[in-house]
Amino acid sequence: MGDIVSLEQLAAQVRDGMTVALSSDHAGVAMAATAAILANRPNNLHLVCVPISGMQADMLIGEGLVGTLETSAVTLGEAGGAPRFADGIRNRAFTMKDATCPAILAGLVAGQKGVPFMPIRGIIGSDLLKSRPDWKIIDNPFAEDDPIVVVAAIRPDIALFHAPEADRFGNVRIGRQAELAAMAYAAKTTLVTVERIVETSLLADERSAAGVLPALYVGAIAEAKNGAWPLGLAGEYVTDTAEVARYARMARSAEGFAAYMKGFAQRFEAVA
Amino acid sequence: MSTLPASQREILIATIADLLDGVRTVAVGASSPIPAAGAMLLRARNEQRGRERVRVIVLGSREHNFFTNGSFELFDATAQGRIDAFFLGGGQIDGEANINLVGTGDYPTSTVRWPGSFGSAFMYYLIPRVILFREEHSPRVLVDRVDFVSAPGSSEAIHRTGGPHALLTGLALFDFDKETKRFRLRSVHRGGSAEDVRANTGFDYDAPEIVPITPEPDAETLALLRGRVTAELAECYPQFAETLVADRAA
Repeated sequence: MGDIVSLEQLAAQVRDGMTVALSSDHAGVAMAATAAILANRPNNLHLVCVPISGMQADMLIGEGLVGTLETSAVTLGEAGGAPRFADGIRNRAFTMKDATCPAILAGLVAGQKGVPFMPIRGIIGSDLLKSRPDWKIIDNPFAEDDPIVVVAAIRPDIALFHAPEADRFGNVRIGRQAELAAMAYAAKTTLVTVERIVETSLLADERSAAGVLPALYVGAIAEAKNGAWPLGLAGEYVTDTAEVARYARMARSAEGFAAYMKGFAQRFEAVA
Repeated sequence: MSTLPASQREILIATIADLLDGVRTVAVGASSPIPAAGAMLLRARNEQRGRERVRVIVLGSREHNFFTNGSFELFDATAQGRIDAFFLGGGQIDGEANINLVGTGDYPTSTVRWPGSFGSAFMYYLIPRVILFREEHSPRVLVDRVDFVSAPGSSEAIHRTGGPHALLTGLALFDFDKETKRFRLRSVHRGGSAEDVRANTGFDYDAPEIVPITPEPDAETLALLRGRVTAELAECYPQFAETLVADRAA
């Protein structure tokens, strides 16, 4: 557990048909790893966005690698809508499982606790419920007249994200992004890219140990400097908004998207 | 002291601050600069006036977000009743305050697809004062019936402690009447008319015989907005803060 590997070795663990949990844009997105995964072209992936995604999901969709998409939203933020996502919806390119943010988080919590479902407020009366056979309404067993939604546990094959640092023992600092821990707890294994690998155990300092994901949950770690680019990483660097806007413009057409992705792949080849 | 009149954006921000009056904790979702500005304005004004402290949580901000439990904390705090006010929008909003953040046409193959429901199918039920905010005021946004209900404006026979409080657009301000499940026009912003609102709204609503103009911010409010609040906004919405400054020059 917590093996330190190359980016290619890490990416090779994402295989056909797997359920992969992805972090949201503000929580550390493994973009360099995504480039490496795209090179392997695993197909029919089931993406679980925790609880939303942006460019990362849009790229995987545009490359035709997604069979099922479970998310509360896909957006490029200030750069606008996610064009390959919208195109895929129009063309029924994948099975869409529309969600709401806390329902995805509740499903992961059920997964983390090893229980089959988790109750959650709200949702009743939303059209979301109609297309989610894995969300049901039950009667609160502890009170009268209190229908409540339960969502099935989410157990991804892989959780994938990018973090500031790991130590050489396989512990990963995630700071205040607690949903990354939930992803890791719920997933069968977790793949993490980091800005740097440090020699001292991140668990040694009482002041920071609580923000660390222990190696127990981590399958592999690869060092990837600027590994969230063009997205940002809290406390390290901000989003390259010009680059995201350039993607948003180019990805409007299939041809533009292909051209962007060619450059994207080459950029990472040059780094590797 | 000569003060430039409030810009349209400043009127919206000040209106939001007024709509939030009395709240203790307000949360603002990502990519919502005008609601964030309104919440920050109320915080600053209450502080200046020696009134109750307002906690503001701006998602996507480091400076204005004290949560340490990741994405969970907003939803958990909401479920416990710790958050008094929040903002939602929508590609479509209908006359019963149902909101659609998913798309138009036959789901799931939407003709126009928007990002998705985000946290709306939870927050709308549990936040006592949800302010619906959408700058575009047109019949394509304000529709008779949404094509997809991301979250309903009201519910029967379920646990629901929250819902719509008001609808603010670039043209007008409506209140939502929970009993009749209808919007009622409260005011029209400077430059618009009751006729403009009727012509650009796709749903039926109630209105007083004489529709007032939305109050404009007083000098104290405007000074806070142009000073402290613009500076605070620059941390999480740098482009928007620049736009506010440019508006004043125009």
